[in-house]
Amino acid sequence: MHPEKQKHDFEPKIIAFVCTWCTYAGADLAGTSRMQYPANVRVLKFPCTGRIDPVFILKAFQQGADGVLVSGCHPGDCHYIAGNFHARRRFAAFRKLLEFVGVDLERLQFSWVSAAEGGKWVEVVSDLTEKVRNMGPMTEFKELALEEQWSGTINTEELKEAYKQI
Amino acid sequence: MSRIGVFVCHCGENISRTVDVERVAAQVGKMPGVAFATDYKYMCSDPGQTLLKKTIQEQKLSHVVVAACSPRMHEKTFRKAVEAAGLNPYLCEMANIREHCSWVHEDKQEATAKAIEIVGMLVERVKKNRVLPTITVPVTKRSLVIGGGIAGIQAALDIADAGHEVVLVERDPSIGGHMAQLSETFPTLDCSQCIMTPKMVDVANHPNITLYSYSEIEQVDGYIGNFQVTIRRKARSVDEDKCTGCGVCMEKCPVKKIPNKFDCNLGMRPAIYVPFPQAVPNTPVIDRDNCIKFKTGKCGLCQKVCGPGAVDYEQEDTLIVEPVGAIVVATGFDLYTIDEKPKGSMIKGYGEFGHGKIPDVIDGMTFERLASASGPTGGKILRPSDGKEPKQIVFIQCIGSRAREKGISYCSKVCCMYTAKHTMLYHHKVHDGQAYVFFMDARTPGKAYDEFWRRSIEEEEAVYIRGMVSRLYQKGNKIVVMGSDIAVGVQVEIEADMVVLATAIQPRTGADSLAQKLGISYDKYNFYSEAHAKLRPVECATAGIYLAGACQGPKDIPDTVSQASAAAAKVMTLFAKDKLEREPIVARVKEAGCVGCFACKKVCAYGAVEEKEIRDRQGNLIKVVAYVNPGVCGGCGTCQATCPSKSVELDGYTDEQIVAMIEAL
Repeated sequence: MHPEKQKHDFEPKIIAFVCTWCTYAGADLAGTSRMQYPANVRVLKFPCTGRIDPVFILKAFQQGADGVLVSGCHPGDCHYIAGNFHARRRFAAFRKLLEFVGVDLERLQFSWVSAAEGGKWVEVVSDLTEKVRNMGPMTEFKELALEEQWSGTINTEELKEAYKQI
Repeated sequence: MSRIGVFVCHCGENISRTVDVERVAAQVGKMPGVAFATDYKYMCSDPGQTLLKKTIQEQKLSHVVVAACSPRMHEKTFRKAVEAAGLNPYLCEMANIREHCSWVHEDKQEATAKAIEIVGMLVERVKKNRVLPTITVPVTKRSLVIGGGIAGIQAALDIADAGHEVVLVERDPSIGGHMAQLSETFPTLDCSQCIMTPKMVDVANHPNITLYSYSEIEQVDGYIGNFQVTIRRKARSVDEDKCTGCGVCMEKCPVKKIPNKFDCNLGMRPAIYVPFPQAVPNTPVIDRDNCIKFKTGKCGLCQKVCGPGAVDYEQEDTLIVEPVGAIVVATGFDLYTIDEKPKGSMIKGYGEFGHGKIPDVIDGMTFERLASASGPTGGKILRPSDGKEPKQIVFIQCIGSRAREKGISYCSKVCCMYTAKHTMLYHHKVHDGQAYVFFMDARTPGKAYDEFWRRSIEEEEAVYIRGMVSRLYQKGNKIVVMGSDIAVGVQVEIEADMVVLATAIQPRTGADSLAQKLGISYDKYNFYSEAHAKLRPVECATAGIYLAGACQGPKDIPDTVSQASAAAAKVMTLFAKDKLEREPIVARVKEAGCVGCFACKKVCAYGAVEEKEIRDRQGNLIKVVAYVNPGVCGGCGTCQATCPSKSVELDGYTDEQIVAMIEAL
């Protein structure tokens, strides 16, 4: 009945930061409508996109997320009057910063999904998953972490060699 | 150490079909901090909730995670159950493994793995949840209503009838507003005064209503349930307690020829006056700009003739403070200025239509006064220029409304209907006259509205021409109106005796400064914004403040009255409790870290952030920090994401909780 599910070598981890009033409800609607989408996404609920600190996005990448989605109410529809406008402004600046430090912005997506847009939620999540899957794992943070670890340890071959010579 | 209980729901087969719930429970049971994990067929059912409560007590659980449907569905249910078992309700979280997992995935292995991760995230989150006490604030069961038009009157009467005290503040010397100026009202053509004035008298006689006419709002402090409102009572020069309303002063006043604003400057009034005979309160006011006594120090005739000795030239403005718990804003509207250069307006006027230059080009409200039986002409339709009856009359609609080039893109909603009414009133009074209407669209949604509009054409012989007027000029004692009839595609030229412009509804001048005093938001036109366009249309986003009537957007009388009663109902709902309870999802400032930059104050849409002084024991100021008023806070958390020193926290969504969830991944 359903098309054979394709197996992939790499399954990306997608974290979604969503507001409770629009996008979370939109995702609920996708569920009640029994729409299907990849199981890669993990949803974190916030009262408002205005609450989402850019640090959370960094933290998600650091914890091994390969893609991050931030989604809330459409501009003008904010349950808290203007929270999403603050979020929009904040993330516009934050994207520039990420670009500057070398994070591929394709991994970070912002969108507006209303409580009535179950279909759009499925579309956004599926597209992002597909895109990030093709990009491969996000390794920059892991490499950085490894580098840090290396500089802190002394039992590497080179160091041992160096100690011997002292 | 936390003892977390995890309850995994089958939801019949809704979850268990694609998620191996037993495996989820088994896996989650091994997580650190989890003392108990089980699965059950229907967690939300009565036996399910009993199981939850029993387990909390038997296992001495400290936190609970229910893995089931969306928290939007049953969070309240389970939090109540947890509370019944003796735990703080905010120590319970829901993991959404139905809408976000079992229903949207088919692969059982994949869905089970995802469900375990979701529950894991919530387990880590719930460890960081804190006990949150329900927030209560006291409620002062008195209400302030700003504006004494039909909206304010209706709201005030409804609240007062429910047994609560109402303070009604009106800027003009009398209540009544625009509705008191109207002649007849659509769609029933009942006389406005006949339905309005009894309500005005009710206000004056109601034991629960304190009326402050000729007064304005000076300052508003406080928050929902606890406002302190400072009202400026402008000097009336007549003692309201002593005056009997006999009217001798007005008869004797030597200044007689001041244009009366109430009659759209068609009629005249003395310097000591009531705006119209049915005014409430029926106490005159001295117009100090035009009074001889105030200008030259001589005269004083009104004081001499006043039997009760009510006239007081020494009277000064007084400020009074009223404590109230709720505020209804019903400040109404102004009509679009059609003069060439409207004062202080960004919007361009309609100078091209000759208003202000050609005396027989009038606006709709002036026509109302002409048609009103109590108006300056006694209800006869007469030209302002020569007092003759116009035989050809042209009505032009959408003056200002739906005119983006003039700065207004909205529809004023009432003009189609009142123009139809005007054609009828005209036809009733001038039997051999002919009315023409230039219109863009006829918008007549409303009970019995379209029938009314059709009647104006089919029975009252108004000629409707679809198209706008391009030019209008005086020719002898006629006004030539040139326009196009786009339905037929021809140019039309009408030699009219009088032209009536259906001008747009605009917010009151100064609506923005009142909004700033109240701390409510307004749109780009200065109409006040409701909290939600569809679901909270009478509440402001600022808690405890409600909207009624055209101050929120153009409205006709039935809509205005409905909204006023709705606002009153909201006030009564607020007053039904002695203390106000609210969800404790509010921001809290950690004063030790706060540096007082007030970035939070700038982003707070609710005006919940206040300045708080921290002093040492000697009373020396140490620093000024932010304080979030829990009664006002909306709980969005924008302040927390903005705070540069991370000194404000939204309870229920703290950084600790969020980071714990991310780290669980």
